[in-house]
Amino acid sequence: MNGEELKIKLAELLPDITIEEGGEWLNVLIAPSSWLSFSNQLRNTQGLDLDYLFCLTCVDWKTHLTMVYHLTSTIHRHSIVIKSNLDRNKPEIETVSHTWRTAEFHEREVYELFGVNFLNHPDLRLLILPDGWEGKNPMRKDYEDPINIIKL
Amino acid sequence: MYRQTEIISDLSKTPPSEGLEGADMIINIGPQHPATHGVLHLVITLNGETIKKVEPHLGYIHRSIEKMCESLSYRQFIYATSRMDYLSSHINNHGCALCVEKGLQIEIPARAQVIRVLMDELTRIASHTLWWGAMAMDVGALTPFFLAFREREMINDIMEETCGARLTMNYMVPGGVMFDLHPNFQKKVKEFITHFKNKIDEYDELVTDNVIFRNRTENVGVISKEDAISYGMSGPSARASGVQCDIRKLYPYEIYNQLQFEEIIETGCDSFARYLVRMKEMRQSLSIVEQLIDNIPDGEFQAKTKAVLKLPKGEFYSRVETARGEFGVYIVSEGGTTPYRIKFRSPGFSNLSSLDHIARGSKIGDLVAIMGTLDFVIPDIDR
Repeated sequence: MNGEELKIKLAELLPDITIEEGGEWLNVLIAPSSWLSFSNQLRNTQGLDLDYLFCLTCVDWKTHLTMVYHLTSTIHRHSIVIKSNLDRNKPEIETVSHTWRTAEFHEREVYELFGVNFLNHPDLRLLILPDGWEGKNPMRKDYEDPINIIKL
Repeated sequence: MYRQTEIISDLSKTPPSEGLEGADMIINIGPQHPATHGVLHLVITLNGETIKKVEPHLGYIHRSIEKMCESLSYRQFIYATSRMDYLSSHINNHGCALCVEKGLQIEIPARAQVIRVLMDELTRIASHTLWWGAMAMDVGALTPFFLAFREREMINDIMEETCGARLTMNYMVPGGVMFDLHPNFQKKVKEFITHFKNKIDEYDELVTDNVIFRNRTENVGVISKEDAISYGMSGPSARASGVQCDIRKLYPYEIYNQLQFEEIIETGCDSFARYLVRMKEMRQSLSIVEQLIDNIPDGEFQAKTKAVLKLPKGEFYSRVETARGEFGVYIVSEGGTTPYRIKFRSPGFSNLSSLDHIARGSKIGDLVAIMGTLDFVIPDIDR
């Protein structure tokens, strides 16, 4: 499916999304509350079949956090990027680890490094950081560690 | 067929078995264990000899390269990426250089493109030979390890002459490559090709048709195509389950679309299929090197770039096929000289997420064969 067809299809599925163009792929901005049902639709709708989550990450914009999901279809070979803005003080979004199983690991990484709380995640624990880690999340922009981080 | 793995988050909640006979046992493998090839820590729950759950614990070599890169310039950050997947450092550098070039819209000279592909494929052979030796050693054959290092040493010598390094190459820079090829390069690579062509047949004779090896790997660690896709697997491990995922074919970069090579796909889905894919890939890489070694065009090896690189505001994503799978670089730029955020999509991290699913229900002795064929490089997983 090319960009135009994808846009029409996505607008049909969920009317209140914002679609940005310009980058390499279609950027879709959604509200965190609608993510769970939308992710299932993306995965299972015939013609979309976005079954491969190849990158899941988060960006700290100082005013808010943005979750970024890169999806592609192994059948039709089209890719889209899903973004969702979260409140920086209480970041919460539904997990997609039941839709794309690899997300279980990626979400654990984002959870510890950015402090995003994934609702209904089956096993939300620290993955990379040592057990008993307390304090702020190291990948946030305001994280300070005078001992372990050497400022360049 | 999609197999649902039940997620056991807290083992203390599962009912204890009666008596000692059926009781669960928890075993730690690693962080210092020869079969994990690095500092990976696995907590394994066993019932007798059967694996009930594998829980990877990461972070023993986590250096937070992503955070580090936020304060490095677009020329500097590439050097940090050699330290991730140290067995395919050329290809890591390549992915980062491609992403910066995409942002700056630099056209790189034909000579540089050929050199890059040559180096990538030599790296792939070196990485796969090391994997072959280490994997055979994991399942109990010691000799292949020494044979594999003999061939890998030849490639390392070739790299050393041109790049000045044997492991962390730092050879690909935005705009091309850092230096021109060493005068001995073509001669040495040709020597290597004739040498390796015989040796790879020897590899097959020694290990591939070995009855003990086959018994250890066939029907061990099966993962279906649907599951492999759902777990985000890539590279040879996914191609052994029938997933078409070679970035060189699907999203060709440099001159890969002009080259003659096959994407190796097996449908065995087990450890032996993963083994076969890598063995066949070595032959394909060798054929690519053969096609290019006499056809290196003359000209510049580096495009002219500014001393200080500034990426325009926006987001850039590029991907390359490393020896382990799809390596992605995601740069978020604010228009400055340093990236605002960098994410490295490392193939090992996604492949590791499937380990629990693959290993459940198999015997503990098979775990080594499963991990060996998934080909983990721990710094690549931890970043």
